Amino acid sequence: MNKRVAVFRKEHFNAAHRLFNPDWDDATNEKVFGKCALPNYHGHNYELEVKITGKPAKKTGYVIDLKELSELIRREVHARFDHKNLNLDTEEFKKLNPTAENIAIVIYKLLRPHLDKKHDLQIRLYETPRNFVEYPVKDPIHFRS
Amino acid sequence: MVYLTRAEHFNAAHRLYNPAWEYDKNEEVFGKCANENWHGHNYELFVTVKGEPDAGTGFVFDVKKLSDIIKKHVIEKVDHRNLNVDVEFMKGKMCSTENLAIAIWNELEPHLPDGVQLHCIKLYETPRIFVEYFGGN
Repeated sequence: MNKRVAVFRKEHFNAAHRLFNPDWDDATNEKVFGKCALPNYHGHNYELEVKITGKPAKKTGYVIDLKELSELIRREVHARFDHKNLNLDTEEFKKLNPTAENIAIVIYKLLRPHLDKKHDLQIRLYETPRNFVEYPVKDPIHFRS
Repeated sequence: MVYLTRAEHFNAAHRLYNPAWEYDKNEEVFGKCANENWHGHNYELFVTVKGEPDAGTGFVFDVKKLSDIIKKHVIEKVDHRNLNVDVEFMKGKMCSTENLAIAIWNELEPHLPDGVQLHCIKLYETPRIFVEYFGGN
């Protein structure tokens, strides 16, 4: 079997955060981030989809054991962020604004070292059922003219 | 009698913590939900009213007006807020989903016109956890 297949694992975590740039004054933060900058925090149910692309192994038929992927996500992501305040309780967002974009990039960096180099990794993160981001973005296809 | 439901949503931070108990007991009862720096949720709110459709409009209640009432008396007060710290109608109460549903009922009920009865507050804290409150005891 020489075909590449994408497999997915969904996980979820709840966290508080606020969007705030410490280099700006309160008025600028409020103008740019609106209610998301309110000082006492708000929160979300984050839904995380982790996509691994690769060739199924000959012996198992698996791209990756999804139970092992689930345990990796729980260890690297859930344990750090679930029921936490992203701004106050996590090392990753001490100096980084916890937007959905930045959270997705951080999750990618946390998981990537633990995965087979032959496998591609892509993160999709839902901040609400209607707002979600993906990282990394595949390079656009260049058509020959 | 017809039941009419309007769905709204809001995001908020909260923490489950009983100030009458010691820190250890709060941790034992509420676990991660007692985290002192808060955590948060996307809440989904379903407000159901009941009544007879009006002969002239065919409506139990103008659902735009129902939406405006929910936005003014609930959503504007809780959205992107800290339920424990910022919300007047949750002051002195435990910020559980159960208590929040009861409080939302109490906020909305006085603003509905005659002939439109509040039937149910259904509140999702997560896609997998929700409560329903039908008023009364």
